[in-house]
Amino acid sequence: MLTTRIIPCLDVKDGRVVKGVRFQSLRDAGSPEKRAVEYEAQGADELVVLDVSATAEGRLTRLETIRRIRRCISIPLTVGGGVRAVEDVAALLDAGADRVSVNTAAVLSPQLINTLSKCFGRQCIVLAIDAGQTTRRSWQVVIHSGRERTGMDAVAWAKTGEERGAGEILLTSWDRDGTRSGYDLDLIRAVSRRVNMPIIASGGAARPTDLVEAARSGASAVLAASVFHDANCSVSNIKREFSSAQLKVRI
Amino acid sequence: MTNEVVILRTGVANIASVQSAFARLGVAVRLCDEPSDIVSAAFVVLPGVGAFGSAMQYLQTRAMIDPLSLRVRLDRPTLAICLGLQLLCAASDESPGRNGIGIIHETVHRFHPRVRVPQIGWNKVRPLDGAGFITEGYAYFANSYCLRQAPDGWLASRTDYGEPFVSALQRGRVLACQFHPELSGTWGLNVLSRWLAGEDGAPGC
Repeated sequence: MLTTRIIPCLDVKDGRVVKGVRFQSLRDAGSPEKRAVEYEAQGADELVVLDVSATAEGRLTRLETIRRIRRCISIPLTVGGGVRAVEDVAALLDAGADRVSVNTAAVLSPQLINTLSKCFGRQCIVLAIDAGQTTRRSWQVVIHSGRERTGMDAVAWAKTGEERGAGEILLTSWDRDGTRSGYDLDLIRAVSRRVNMPIIASGGAARPTDLVEAARSGASAVLAASVFHDANCSVSNIKREFSSAQLKVRI
Repeated sequence: MTNEVVILRTGVANIASVQSAFARLGVAVRLCDEPSDIVSAAFVVLPGVGAFGSAMQYLQTRAMIDPLSLRVRLDRPTLAICLGLQLLCAASDESPGRNGIGIIHETVHRFHPRVRVPQIGWNKVRPLDGAGFITEGYAYFANSYCLRQAPDGWLASRTDYGEPFVSALQRGRVLACQFHPELSGTWGLNVLSRWLAGEDGAPGC
């Protein structure tokens, strides 16, 4: 049986790990390679590296950071930030990414998903969706690191992404990101009912039980950043919590 | 360099991860798209992500199919990863009408509709026929298609995802993995080093 993946996320800016609240007010959280090695040792099932300044500053994720991380880990590495074209994905894969996530550029030009999927295979393309809540049961897609609301329905966009060839959704609740108020479980349920591809839940994790609840709500993988960076919770703690809740994890 | 690992280019793939896994094992690696190398190299890796049809097209255009078949028939140390395993088969539902390399006379099928596709993540691998290079453990998978039936004459490992499927096949020094050993942590590095050494894992592991 497939296990639920526990994924620490490294938000990287200028070669350092940072973490903010709702993508803003970033603070330093260490060296990416050091964090990566630490998380693999704790039992992380995958790492996600997002260059949080890439889109804003109009440049591709620093390839050198990816190369350095790749050299020291033996688990999958998904990379996002500023991906706009086939060449960006090729460069990231060359540097050591196994999968690549697209966000803003796919919203501005949805055909990009088809192109990337055809070129690199569905399993390589992660569609990152930042969802801002509008009413109790609806969410809209926000882009440019949350600075722009698009009016597009986030659940419908996930479905469109699947039809166009994305292999997984990295679903972030913009309202919960960095707030440690728990994942938006309604959002996870709504998207997981709509699509037949795996979903990574993101945004709001505070306690081990939050990650368990996200998995129970339909997420195939759970991602968190600050929970792990501040050492108040290790990947192994989380996995113990999953095991006692009778959910399968790799131990 | 006699003990070099030659990684075949099959178009787009996460070759950096394969390279870096072998580097961690202290083995020299070379990327190759010259068919003259394929039969004689000490170790050959056929990686592969992407679609069955376009990968076959790529191998065909570069005249890599015959040397690869020969190498496997000669039992030269060869490792096929993920799509690489599927390419050794006769055909795939993914690209109807397109022939595979055909060393394994089976067709690759899409996973059952009741499971989320692609399968992405860690799943349990169980060797069925005693110890080969594979021991029981968790491996990382990223696939939408799978081989359901193990061919005769190969040691098979099984994994379940909505249905049982073949997660690895071994015949002599030839190993084909549906999972990514290069991304499967320490367990995966151990698979790679046993393949390099030609040594079986401990029985009962």
